[in-house]
Amino acid sequence: MINTLTSKALQGDQRSIAKLITIVENDTSDATDAMKQIHPHTGNAHVIGITGVMGCGKSTLIYELTKKYRKQGKTVGIIAIDPTSPFSGGALLGDRIRMMELAMDEGVFIRSMGTRGMLGGLTSSVYDVVEIMDASGKDIVLVETVGVGQAEVDIIKISDTTIVVVVPGLGDSIQTLKAGIMEIADIYVVNKADRQGVEQTVAEVQSLVEIECSNKERKTPIIETIAKESKHIDTLVETIDEHKQFLKETKKLEQQRRNRYESELVEIIRKKLMSYVFNEEKFKETIEDLLQKIRSKEIDPHTASELILKKIMKT
Amino acid sequence: MINMERKIRILIAKPGLDGHDRGAKIVARALRDAGMEVIYTGLHQTPAMIVEAAIQEDVDVIGLSLLSGAHMTLFVDVADMLKEKGMEDVLLLGGGIIPEADIPKLHEKGIAGVFGPGTTTEDIVEFVKKNVK
Repeated sequence: MINTLTSKALQGDQRSIAKLITIVENDTSDATDAMKQIHPHTGNAHVIGITGVMGCGKSTLIYELTKKYRKQGKTVGIIAIDPTSPFSGGALLGDRIRMMELAMDEGVFIRSMGTRGMLGGLTSSVYDVVEIMDASGKDIVLVETVGVGQAEVDIIKISDTTIVVVVPGLGDSIQTLKAGIMEIADIYVVNKADRQGVEQTVAEVQSLVEIECSNKERKTPIIETIAKESKHIDTLVETIDEHKQFLKETKKLEQQRRNRYESELVEIIRKKLMSYVFNEEKFKETIEDLLQKIRSKEIDPHTASELILKKIMKT
Repeated sequence: MINMERKIRILIAKPGLDGHDRGAKIVARALRDAGMEVIYTGLHQTPAMIVEAAIQEDVDVIGLSLLSGAHMTLFVDVADMLKEKGMEDVLLLGGGIIPEADIPKLHEKGIAGVFGPGTTTEDIVEFVKKNVK
């Protein structure tokens, strides 16, 4: 069954793509088999990550970018991530609202995902979902992170081009964002550029770029857009193309892809290891016992974790 | 500790020309609080758009909300389209101002759960949990 599903997904069948994504998202036993067949067909899509604070217009920008790419005849996959509630485990995924007009276009595939416990602005299965969309023939894969604060920078691990969106009216906040989110951009977008204070925002980003890029071969461009009115999206598309060209010419693309696989490997091992330690019956008693001892101060958490690791290595 | 159980995914949509989405949003929140992943698509959707979104999101459930009185057309259109695409395994629900007399007809057409005024969010959550395979 999984074979039929992957071969149909590789031909671009929407429903099979959707089913495969569910399999990797739930990490069922078929996930490994599926990805075994998907992986050889990946590497063609340009992956664009879009991140920024809540309400800065990420979904609208993605909608506008998608329209442009479709005009160029390119197919687009969109992964829109929203936070999962840490209390109920549920999520309200609302990014599609701004993209529903794309729903009937066969060249576009949109998937909404909850973070399901991951910090960093992504969800742990996002690597697989990018690969599935890539292998199914999408030319462009757009990944929208949750609305981020300062340190949710995981998006660079999967993107070829990372776009950080800021908006006027955040005041001095850009200054305080010097570390973290403001270090990861390949392109800055100042969206809602019809708002008051746009000159100041651009100037602040500019001064950051001057410091950050003083000894780099490429200066991070700053693009002003008004996504809601479809303004300056062409310039953004051109700038993304330029960055793609830059990655190719400088061989940085190779390096970035290598890094992506490394992060993915770390993530998969982390997941497998954690589920091995905490879901296997044979460790349950040990863990309960150690937790009790930590509480009664017989042992400290560091020593306890070393004991658990020793036990794993023996099995 | 690490919870890998399958999450119920549900699409909440407003078909047709009805701008009242308070009810749909309250239901969406209640389902989220019950641990489900709720994809909310907003207003003015055609049945074709709803079904296409349900395909891409691979949802277990579709919940339609309509207060304009066109449920016999729009709910049934969605049900027919699901059948056409071989998606009978998706649980289809409808809610809104729906006269008692219409409910059996809607059931017959494939709308498994129909929720009129006075329904509590608990009723809906329970129905979903019980009927998703």
